[in-house]
Amino acid sequence: MGETVIEKIIRNNVGHAVKPGDIVTVNVDRVMIHDIFIPFVAEKFEEMGFQKLWDPDKVVLIYDHLVPASQLDDTRHFHTGDAFAEKYGMKNVHRSDGICHQLMTEAGYVKPGNIVFGTDSHTTTYGCVGAFSSGIGYTEMASILGTGTMWIKVPETIKVVIDGELPENVMSKDVILRLIGDLGADGATYRALEFTGSAVKNMSVASRMTIANMAIEAGAKCALFTPDEKTAEYCEIELNDFQKSLVGDEDATYLKTVTYRAENLVPVLACPSQVDKIRDVSALEGTEIDQVFIGSCTNGRLEDLAAAAEVLKGKKVADYVKLIVTPASRKIYRQAIELGILDTLAEAGAMITHPGCGLCCGRAGGILTDGERVVATNNRNFLGRMGTSKVEIYLASPKTAAACAVAGKIVSPK
Amino acid sequence: MGMTIAEKIIAAAAGVESVKPGDIHTVQLDRLMSNDGTTHLTVDMYNNKLKNPHIADTKKLVFIVDHNVPSDCPKTAASQKKMRDFAKANNIDFWEGKGVCHQVMIENYVRPGELIFGADSHTCSYGALGAFGTGVGCTDFLYGMVTGTSWVLVPESVKFNLTGELPEGVTARDLILTIIGEVGANGCNYQVMEFTGEGAKTLSISDRMTLCNMAVEAGAKTGIFEADEKAMKYLKEHGREPKAVFHSDQDAKYVREYRFDLSKVRPVVARPDFVDNVVPAEETCGIEINEAFLGSCNNGRIEDLRVGAEIIKGKKVSDKVRFLVVPASQTIYRQALKEGLIDIFMEAGAIVMNPNCSVCWGSCQGVIGENEVLISTGTRNFKGRAGHPSSKVYLGSAATVTASAIAGKIALPSEI
Amino acid sequence: MEKFTGKVWVLGDDIDTDIIIPTEYLALKTIDDMKQYGFSPLRPELAGQIQKGDIIVAGKNFGCGSSREQAPEIIKALGIQCVIAKSFARIFFRNSINNGLLLIEQPDLHEDVKEGDSVTVVMNEHVDYNDKQYPIASLPENLMSIIQAGGLVKAMRKLNGLD
Repeated sequence: MGETVIEKIIRNNVGHAVKPGDIVTVNVDRVMIHDIFIPFVAEKFEEMGFQKLWDPDKVVLIYDHLVPASQLDDTRHFHTGDAFAEKYGMKNVHRSDGICHQLMTEAGYVKPGNIVFGTDSHTTTYGCVGAFSSGIGYTEMASILGTGTMWIKVPETIKVVIDGELPENVMSKDVILRLIGDLGADGATYRALEFTGSAVKNMSVASRMTIANMAIEAGAKCALFTPDEKTAEYCEIELNDFQKSLVGDEDATYLKTVTYRAENLVPVLACPSQVDKIRDVSALEGTEIDQVFIGSCTNGRLEDLAAAAEVLKGKKVADYVKLIVTPASRKIYRQAIELGILDTLAEAGAMITHPGCGLCCGRAGGILTDGERVVATNNRNFLGRMGTSKVEIYLASPKTAAACAVAGKIVSPK
Repeated sequence: MGMTIAEKIIAAAAGVESVKPGDIHTVQLDRLMSNDGTTHLTVDMYNNKLKNPHIADTKKLVFIVDHNVPSDCPKTAASQKKMRDFAKANNIDFWEGKGVCHQVMIENYVRPGELIFGADSHTCSYGALGAFGTGVGCTDFLYGMVTGTSWVLVPESVKFNLTGELPEGVTARDLILTIIGEVGANGCNYQVMEFTGEGAKTLSISDRMTLCNMAVEAGAKTGIFEADEKAMKYLKEHGREPKAVFHSDQDAKYVREYRFDLSKVRPVVARPDFVDNVVPAEETCGIEINEAFLGSCNNGRIEDLRVGAEIIKGKKVSDKVRFLVVPASQTIYRQALKEGLIDIFMEAGAIVMNPNCSVCWGSCQGVIGENEVLISTGTRNFKGRAGHPSSKVYLGSAATVTASAIAGKIALPSEI
Repeated sequence: MEKFTGKVWVLGDDIDTDIIIPTEYLALKTIDDMKQYGFSPLRPELAGQIQKGDIIVAGKNFGCGSSREQAPEIIKALGIQCVIAKSFARIFFRNSINNGLLLIEQPDLHEDVKEGDSVTVVMNEHVDYNDKQYPIASLPENLMSIIQAGGLVKAMRKLNGLD
């Protein structure tokens, strides 16, 4: 019988065919731990009685939520992390290189067909290169560090087909927001999302990353894209037969299939305070805003910054409106320097911060207060995520966000 | 009788022929600057304590958000919003995220001969362009805002006669730390530090800012240079004209005079927890650090970034150190982008932040934790200034700070 | 824990992990330091009102959002005996099991129950409220085994021959 992509990845890992609902133990290819959770992982790991890591090279530790430190206790997380890495012989430590999910793919830690877990819900991101990746808590992470394995329930798959060509002002962010709106914030809970169609094939790996990143906002366990020549180029590898085989079979069983015509999609916003509260940008035009944030593991990549710079070139951010730009990684920051993107953004009046989670994780980087409204390119608009519970957060694409920054209010990108 | 530059500025602002130390005069203020450290308090007083709230001249006011940028918590956001809303409602010049207030002021407003109040102690920086800038509290600021005037007690002047030239590898930062080490943290209390002599002429405007900026660390009301050709050139480049160019008279009276031979100055470090706890940098070499900070209104200018970039080019920041590089203004950031300096720092592994006060102010991004050690180009090393009360701050030059970031401990560039 | 009774706090749909514990407080040293901020964006007073043995009844997608395990730990530390919701988000579900916080899916109770009332849970069978029985499923075996071991940490200690 035919298999979905997730079924193929799990079969390859466990050595036998699986079907949704099966509970299997997988061998983990790579794990990621970030700064907020490392003290808890370290504590649980030792409490569990492990003496060594199952494979130090497969563990990646990334400081991003707390960089730069903004509270007195933040640096304790770095010291705990450094001590843990030294004690157990970990070499893969990134102390200020950018957001964990960006680095995991960008630095080559994740390859197509891998099974990867991270102590962060947006670990679904690595599906952009055809890896099965998912977020877990620190207790499970501690147990993987010791055993290299984890039990999972094979998820059912929802197939998402997007055919055609996206309009100029529509980005992959608009696609995933629309999908979350249609599925609902719990519409894919426990399920895998599998993306296919000509619009998906035409997307850059970066655009796919945006979609995979936000799959969790529909509750999904993971999101999967079939590895292709773009994936190979991005990962700097030649795809092997297994990786090439990661296509959903014709006769595979899907829970359901959702189909979109790319031409019909328009710029959208997720309105306060639910990720699935999706409205067309055109329906909200004129709403005044106080701040715009362009960044995060969802939309802080080079193509996002370039799209924003194109909108902002020769223009100024509206008076009294703040534009905060946080590139997703050190590499992206440097590429954006080279292409003149950062200068264009700075000239327009943007504050360009060091790569990291920044405002998205709500600990610094542009926190707001009662009655303020922000248009942001990140992944969550939950109550209180960026300040008080009376802050309104609208999620948008970088193009929409940049257009809003110039106008000082919600407007559609041209 | 002769007057000093500072006395002449006050006399002009008071509309009198001459003033002498100890006189109290009512003066017209040329400009008032306030930042997000305290503006919300001023606005509260303005709204709640005044019978007839009004602003004498909104054009003289400048509000600058620089201390916690971007905002780090809802409380900060609320105080900044109060400031922003007030600026908007009253048509006050408003800068947010464009740089440290004093750098923004010098780049955009300050003119020789002006008398400027700023609600920040380092307002004394403006003497670099021959202006009299001084720090005041909220109440003084509010009075100035409402009336356009204030009172000043004419301060005595102390002459710092500078000779010679700074040797290679020694910066104005080392010079001012050396001076403060010698005169003491209250050595010029309520006095004006006037920097003059052939040596003063050799210093760039950036160097002069570094000197004047830290005058307050010797307790001074302000630090000041005569506006010479270099100052005029700077003004011209920034599209401004002087208000008035004053020179100290031959027979002007100074309460004391110090002589410093710039060629004798060596790299120094101020140890915790006082700015005047100054020792030769060598004596601190080897002290392990957790963070290094290159930035602030004292040492975050393009010249300082060039010094750092030259040292770190092709090298890496130590794994044990967080190296914060924070240009003092957006203009400097863009210049540094253009010169490739930002890329050099990023390649080396530094944390390059948007222009703001950063760890120099200590309650926003870059704070240091329990028992951590920072070497900084900031203005102060007071106990707990950069974060946790148990943490320690050493002050050094851009060169020393950068070399230390690479070494993981306090080091001089020659050791790298 | 075959059968237990508790006073109910009623919450809505999509109670996310940022509501359960905002990121601002995530780097505090201990769960005890954090727990006072539990649910603060939504109901700042709630953490102080919850008593040991209380039960949360919520709508769909409880625990959606981040992987922060502090979320179930805080709920447990506040004294909540179990959470009964229409549905749970996936990562939160795993984290709760791993920490021994009991979660029960029940589609109808949320519509009927009033805050402050008491409900009785009969494990693997039903919830009793106002003389009505709301059926509940039994937990899968592999999850029961983790709970029976006393959570994942204890299960791993056993694996490492420590307990």
